[in-house]
Amino acid sequence: MRYTINFKLNGEEMSIEVEPSWTLLYLLREVLGLKGTKEGCGMGECGACTVQINGKAVASCIYPVMEVDGKEVWTIEGLAQSSGTLHPLQKAFIERGAIQCGFCTPGMIMSAKALLEENPSPTEEEIKEAIAGNICRCTGYVQIIEAIKHAAEEYYGSKK
Amino acid sequence: MMKLKVKEYFKVKSIEEAINLKIQYGEKAMFIAGGTDVIVGLKNKKWTPEVLISLNDIPGLSYIKEENGTVKIGALTTHREIERSSLIEKKIGALMDAVKNLGSVQIRNVATIGGNLCNAAPSADTAPPLLVHNAFVTLECKGGRRSLPLEEFFLGPGKTAKKEDEVLIEISLPTPPKTAKSAYWKHTRRAALELPIIGVAVYLDVDPREYGRLQQVFDLPDSTWDDQLRALNESEVFCKELRVALGVAAPIPLKVKDLDGIVKDKHLNDQLLSEVTDVALQKAQVRDSWRGAAWYRKEMIKVLTKRLVLICLRRILKEV
Repeated sequence: MRYTINFKLNGEEMSIEVEPSWTLLYLLREVLGLKGTKEGCGMGECGACTVQINGKAVASCIYPVMEVDGKEVWTIEGLAQSSGTLHPLQKAFIERGAIQCGFCTPGMIMSAKALLEENPSPTEEEIKEAIAGNICRCTGYVQIIEAIKHAAEEYYGSKK
Repeated sequence: MMKLKVKEYFKVKSIEEAINLKIQYGEKAMFIAGGTDVIVGLKNKKWTPEVLISLNDIPGLSYIKEENGTVKIGALTTHREIERSSLIEKKIGALMDAVKNLGSVQIRNVATIGGNLCNAAPSADTAPPLLVHNAFVTLECKGGRRSLPLEEFFLGPGKTAKKEDEVLIEISLPTPPKTAKSAYWKHTRRAALELPIIGVAVYLDVDPREYGRLQQVFDLPDSTWDDQLRALNESEVFCKELRVALGVAAPIPLKVKDLDGIVKDKHLNDQLLSEVTDVALQKAQVRDSWRGAAWYRKEMIKVLTKRLVLICLRRILKEV
């Protein structure tokens, strides 16, 4: 059986036919061709597939597509403006060298975005907690934490 | 990328509708809430339902409130919502400890407390805290509702007393007296996305005649657990109630029974706590697994139970 779901993806309304067996990640990557969101473990344990649903960081690889109906989804593709201007977090990740192989980066940025929208001036502990579900095998996290701190200080809230 | 075998997906608007669909489809159907266990189980082929009945759109099952001396948590309440609740932080400390270290933010944002209990993993982090708080679960079926103590709800790994056509709707806990606090210790290698090697929850209610040096020692930034235990030995704190529950220590989350006779009105000290952990070790059926050896788990039950009593005391003293 196929179902029609309506939701907002990166700011645009969309209506699409889906199968109930799909996860949100399957819809994003295999149907819509949005390959920015990565599949790592596929079991909700590595954070590479993190997107925002109604503002909250969620593991899209274990999120049933049927639950997306009526919700608002943001993926890494929705961050840069159409002019090419990068999102503050993207800029901060580049400036602070927080990217090595890049596989974890979209998920890291989406987790960070959800954090900063809720808490614009997080402590280092709060940053660590927010990205505890995002595994990075290259950088050792130091630059990632610095980048999120930098983005918070420069673009979001006040310094802490 | 993996697709699942699910053919139909119902997003019901009422408990009644959920129960009717479950009766109609029987074993072919499965309830789903946050899905963080259900979808992983589907991917692992632990379950192979053709029909999923989503409970997420049922209104009025997500709440944390206190009414008539009872703290009530709706089954669809997410771990993240519990983590943000000042009521839980103040009164059900052990549950707060558990949800703060459960999964990751991504998981806690969708995973529900009802789901954590219905999944009935021996390692379920919310179970030991709820067990020491003498929690009840309320189940609804076609004919009505029933409540049972949480310790009677768990029957085995993945098995509960919930019948096929019942839905877990609420968890309720008696509001603890002001002199009682609880704490949970999830013993892991890594803070996030880990299952405990051993999980211990303690609930402590005291009759303090004299706290002695306890507060002073708690306030020292470098006081060790042993320093704190010594201060406890010297103080005049008597035990009104001490409850212990264990995760990953048996096929089910385990409430340690028969502690009342040992602890009631006794002087709270190292000796008494050793007697308590002896009982806990008798009841525990710890196993060797790749996550931890049985002997190690036993040692940690001893160590952590004592530490948790001290954490509870610290929390009690904060409000004195």
